[in-house]
Amino acid sequence: MAKGLYLTPLFRTAGDCGLLMEFGNAIDPGINQRIRAMASVLAAEPVPGITEVIPTYCAVIVIYDPCTTAPDTLKPLLTRLNQGLSATALAEPDTVELPVCYHPTLGPDLNMVAEIHNLTPEAVIEIHTRPLYPIYMIGFTPGFPYLGGLPEQLHTPRLDSPRKRVPWGSVGIANNQTGIYPIESPGGWQLIGRCPIRLFDPARKDPILLKAGDLLKFRAIDLDEFQEIKGRQN
Amino acid sequence: MQVFKTIEPGAHTLVQDLGRFGFQQFGVPPCGMLDKDAGRIANLLAGNTGNQAVLEITFIGPTLELLYDTIIAVTGADMGLTINGVAADNWRSHRVKKGDLLVVNQAITGCRSYLAVTGGIDVPEVMGSRSCYIGAQLGGLEGRALVKGDLIQGFDTPLPDETRQLPREFVPAYGHEIELRAIPGPQDDYFDDGLALFFGSCFTVSHQANRMGYRLTGPVIHQRPYTSSSIISEPSLPGGVQVPPDGQPIVLLAEQTVGGYTKIATVISTDLPKLAQAVPGDSVRFVPITLDDAHRAYRERTAFFNALPAMDLKTAGIDPESLSQRLERHLIQI
Repeated sequence: MAKGLYLTPLFRTAGDCGLLMEFGNAIDPGINQRIRAMASVLAAEPVPGITEVIPTYCAVIVIYDPCTTAPDTLKPLLTRLNQGLSATALAEPDTVELPVCYHPTLGPDLNMVAEIHNLTPEAVIEIHTRPLYPIYMIGFTPGFPYLGGLPEQLHTPRLDSPRKRVPWGSVGIANNQTGIYPIESPGGWQLIGRCPIRLFDPARKDPILLKAGDLLKFRAIDLDEFQEIKGRQN
Repeated sequence: MQVFKTIEPGAHTLVQDLGRFGFQQFGVPPCGMLDKDAGRIANLLAGNTGNQAVLEITFIGPTLELLYDTIIAVTGADMGLTINGVAADNWRSHRVKKGDLLVVNQAITGCRSYLAVTGGIDVPEVMGSRSCYIGAQLGGLEGRALVKGDLIQGFDTPLPDETRQLPREFVPAYGHEIELRAIPGPQDDYFDDGLALFFGSCFTVSHQANRMGYRLTGPVIHQRPYTSSSIISEPSLPGGVQVPPDGQPIVLLAEQTVGGYTKIATVISTDLPKLAQAVPGDSVRFVPITLDDAHRAYRERTAFFNALPAMDLKTAGIDPESLSQRLERHLIQI
């Protein structure tokens, strides 16, 4: 059984329109898989009155219209759906490969991260591109993936003071997390590279590139390829 | 079709509609008008019955030149609206002509005004909404607040025959002492004495108050011993009251998507417009409410807004008293 998984999900009240169904209290692939299954069931067979479903690390949040339904109706229904989940065949996760240019001009903290861990920058790149990172959740800014599985050798504290502007596409590390900034924003993560593909583009048919449940792999590219891919997108 | 020329932009004037829904699972917050009540009524008075975009004006208003004849209405905070230098009432619509100068001054009561124009403001829909989301620079006018010289497009729509007004007793009074009804949770089990302190104390709106959230100051709310103040990140819904380690609550609003702090309570959606009108220095008290009562309040609000468009709100030749009595009757019937 997954670490931290509850025997029965816990319901929490998130205001007059939100119901939280908590499956466990740990960042764990098994819990997250259950949440993904629950979200896909709710997407496939919409429940009357539920207006939005948000899968997260440990919970599914449903937003409902109090004029149409209420938790007294939703809780037994969601519990029943959950009990039937084991029979639900979950689609195999997609693996998405993203190119990242680990060049000091694009990853200004790469050398510092290497120094902290007594590694060469090349070793940092090798370690960072090794895993298949599970995407647990999308949030914080549009399209931002919360990734699991950063090798312990690269766990690095946040910057003492956050940068005012982090360019879109920047790849960063903060403690046991790694991720990509989809839009320019302030940020305190250690930046080790940059991805030339936009994770968020409101003009695109699917504005958000990644989805929760996907697996992410980074591929190191050089500056020329970075410019080439970035140029192709604009 | 251009409706306004921006002579002065005001402090923070944004195009907003009711919000961008369905994308919270992708990290896109709902955005939308912070005081939806005022925004919807502004639309209604201007003859708009749908989800038209309006201007949300915060604290200091814009000066706009009219570029065609139309009808406008301003609701929400009283900012001393003038049309060609003549004072004009909030909560009613006004006929305006090409070349007229509309000045929205500074908040006298409340914090946010809503300016609607017949047909609504025409900016491109992004992911199903015209709402401006400054954080991601999307929606609204190129994803930003109004600047001097902006030409704002409107839709060419037939004008209503009459101007309209909201019966006086439905006009909210914005005081400096605000009561917000809140449902404990989602993480109320992380608190014991803190919960009583939260619901029994008076907090002050700090200067850190914007569309993302309102930071309050007051007595320090402690969690139960040995509970962690940070939880595994989860999406935060509008109204959620986060308690960070400093024990000073933050009421989250329309532009926050994920939070990692415990949420002691959630302000009911019916009361969020009151907070949207609060200014730094105002005092806030939280009053506990059951989920059933919160839902009752929600349905009553919905019924009120469903009833309003069917009402005769014409300003000409109508005794406001009888008008509001008729509205009351209508509300009782539903």
